[in-house]
Amino acid sequence: MKSFLKIMLFCILVLIGFVGYANFGIPQVKPAPPPTEEKLDLGNMTMDQFIALGEKVFNGKGTCTLCHNNVGKRAPMLDGAGEEAVANSAPLRLKDPRYKGKATTPEEYIRESMKEPSAFVVATFGSDGDTKSPMPNVTTGSIGMSEAEVDAVIAFLQNKAGSEVTVKIPVGAPPSAEGGAAAPAAPAKTPEEVIAKFGCGACHKIGKEEGALGPDLTHIGKSRNEAYLRKGILDPDADIAKNCPGAPCSPGMMPADLGTKMTGSELEMLVQYLVKSK
Amino acid sequence: MSFFSGFKRLTCLTLLLSLLFAGGFSFTSIPVFANMANAEEAVKSEGTPTESVKEGEKKAEYPPAPKLTAADYPQIGGFNPRILVWIVAQLHLWFAAFVLAVPIFVLIIEAIGMATKDQRYDNMAYEFIKVSMAAYSITASITAIMGGLLTFTLLVFYPDLFKYMASLFSRSMLAYAFLFFAESASLYVYYYGWHWLEGGFKKWVHLTIGLVLNFVGTVLMLLANAWVTFSMSPNGVDPATGAFLGSEWDVIHNFLWNPLNLHRVIANIAYGGSIIGAYAAYKFLSSSVKEEKAHYDWMGYTANVIAVGGLLPLPFAGYWLTAEIYAYSQQMGITLMGGAFAWLFIMQAVLIGALFLSVNYYLWCGMGRSEGSGRYTKHIWWIAALIVGCFLVWFTPHTLVLTNQELKALGGPYHKYLGPLGIMPAKNTAVNIMIIMTFLSFTLYRRANKIATVSWAASGSAIQAAIFVAAILNIIFLGVYHGYFTNTAYKVAASIPQVLSTAVVIISTLIIDSMMFKGAKEVGPLRWGKVPDRSQYALFMLAVSFTWLMGLMGYVRSGIRQHWHVNSIMRDNSIDAFTPTIGVAAQVVTSATVIFMAIVIFIFWLSNISSKKSAVH
Repeated sequence: MKSFLKIMLFCILVLIGFVGYANFGIPQVKPAPPPTEEKLDLGNMTMDQFIALGEKVFNGKGTCTLCHNNVGKRAPMLDGAGEEAVANSAPLRLKDPRYKGKATTPEEYIRESMKEPSAFVVATFGSDGDTKSPMPNVTTGSIGMSEAEVDAVIAFLQNKAGSEVTVKIPVGAPPSAEGGAAAPAAPAKTPEEVIAKFGCGACHKIGKEEGALGPDLTHIGKSRNEAYLRKGILDPDADIAKNCPGAPCSPGMMPADLGTKMTGSELEMLVQYLVKSK
Repeated sequence: MSFFSGFKRLTCLTLLLSLLFAGGFSFTSIPVFANMANAEEAVKSEGTPTESVKEGEKKAEYPPAPKLTAADYPQIGGFNPRILVWIVAQLHLWFAAFVLAVPIFVLIIEAIGMATKDQRYDNMAYEFIKVSMAAYSITASITAIMGGLLTFTLLVFYPDLFKYMASLFSRSMLAYAFLFFAESASLYVYYYGWHWLEGGFKKWVHLTIGLVLNFVGTVLMLLANAWVTFSMSPNGVDPATGAFLGSEWDVIHNFLWNPLNLHRVIANIAYGGSIIGAYAAYKFLSSSVKEEKAHYDWMGYTANVIAVGGLLPLPFAGYWLTAEIYAYSQQMGITLMGGAFAWLFIMQAVLIGALFLSVNYYLWCGMGRSEGSGRYTKHIWWIAALIVGCFLVWFTPHTLVLTNQELKALGGPYHKYLGPLGIMPAKNTAVNIMIIMTFLSFTLYRRANKIATVSWAASGSAIQAAIFVAAILNIIFLGVYHGYFTNTAYKVAASIPQVLSTAVVIISTLIIDSMMFKGAKEVGPLRWGKVPDRSQYALFMLAVSFTWLMGLMGYVRSGIRQHWHVNSIMRDNSIDAFTPTIGVAAQVVTSATVIFMAIVIFIFWLSNISSKKSAVH
């Protein structure tokens, strides 16, 4: 029995070491929540909102930046400026002898490259002599973008490249079958929805969120008053907190445009929520 | 008589070959190397419908995959369904891995004994199966209980998912149930028939039963693997609706099936060795009788050799599996290695480091059994330093969590010289050198009690040393070149020549050693049992680390599907569809490991009581 207890104790100590390191030794990256289905009110959307929708799909549901980024360099950059931008390089690619598609305009080329990526593979990014692209058709499978979302991404890429946005906002397009991205989302109804909508929990510990980059807001109502908290949301760099978890807080970390993105009721709900967080 | 004896042998050989062919048929009809060719098809199934979708009449026969809402997931009591199913599935997997692994190496050792006519091998094989039988019968029962509990929890908490999977795998699930009985029957006949079926033709029969046992066990595992890999890389269903296309073989033979099969077979052998090693360590620490200590020390050493034998090729099987995940879906591959799970591989590095250090530490402690070990103990320090250095390289993350000021000070997210230590060429370099150093520890241990008598012994050792040095330099050169001077597309190109360098070291050293130490003089008798108690804790460290690592990698294998029950076919719309953080996953895996280790050590304790009672009677 003595050996049993000694060995069990040894095993538990080893396990405490492992679980402790996994919890406190490495950053706790919180994966993005599953995409939710939201209706796109395309009929009432301005082009700016449509482009913003494209950006959101590009960086979120579309998972485009998993490969099209400057870090891994697994796929060509699409949203840069100048020649790097796909909207600007499209005319040259259409004339390339290796091009196998049917597009005749840059807009068609971008749409085609999202649905039939092997129609043209940028040199060094494909297999079998750059004839096959590893990219999937973004309108099917686990990505499952709708036609409207594809058009929104095209609008975003054209706008980002500084070229003319030729794509039109589809009217009456159906929402995506699975997990559509959001157009301007409906106003949040509860403080928790505000926190989720604006991603406060990505940096702050607040409510059920466990962000570990910004100050812990769990009991912020104890030390800060309503006016301070409102100003902190509208002008976050006006007064920088001294201690963020693990490092001093720095200016520029918190988005400065929340005041223009939040509705009045959302701002007030959030402020009152924080005031009561004691 | 001799004709009859020859005829019986021929019959038995025919039976053996038939079984091999039967097994081989399954494997040859599994185009192992067709995976690469299937990549395009697999990518299609991620994206566009395959040709087979056009078979309208077949498609019409089967319903589509259900589209669920949160209300379709029953909430019973205060249970969190996901965590409950997770822990039960993990416990089932650990027990099953142990139960399936031990007969594999027992059969191999028995066959070696038969081929060499060396009774020691046969005794060793019997010892393994005998001492593990107590644990075996209980763990087999627990495996069955866990399997039943897993089915029950899936039925209760995920009824629609289970129904869909059962509709696709109906025949293989039925076969699984029958095979489970066959596994139990052949296991008991194999164990209880050991002495009854001794000598001559009877031994062939016994060996055949062992082969049947392993064949059945392997098929059981392959079927379960098919269910798991189908959820990652579905095949044989309409990509748009998830409706079954009519061929269960297509559903089983999905893109990631073979890579996972290979990975799990090798991992099971390493894991089985580590659990048997823990058993021997427990018995060693519990005993105060000199002969018993010697016996269990020998057993622990042999189990450790088996665990290391599985551990050395395991990183390469893991590498192949990862490469195939990338080939199937680059999106899934990047989620695995570069997304939210990227930090998990730093945790994995800690565990692999713990495994390698435990194995080496055990070997170094074991050198005390030999009087001739003094010649080699001076090398332990630099071997340890190299292993720790490699561990630190593997431990280096690619991306750092930095503040804006730190980013500015560093000039970007990566350090100019240390940044490349976070990517594959450096990791491959580290793991290959760790493997070579572990093999070196093993080689020195084996030599410790021997003095070569061949005239060319000095030259042979010099050649071996040169091969070691050349291979390590080559591995480092490849790692540095590909890590610092090539672009992303070519970063992984170093891996194959690095693995080949390691293989050359291992194979050439074994060949030269076998020739050089033929008829070698022994320094003295090996003093089995003369090892410090702390060496036995290294064996426990090995078993616990292996168990925990398997749990953690199970989390990531399952997690890369993200919010899909069946990737891109059947969405998880439960309230638990989000991916938990590594910290939360570690807590779940730790809880499961504590339950598992408590049961296993309790079984060891029970067998101790049982053997003491037998001794009294």
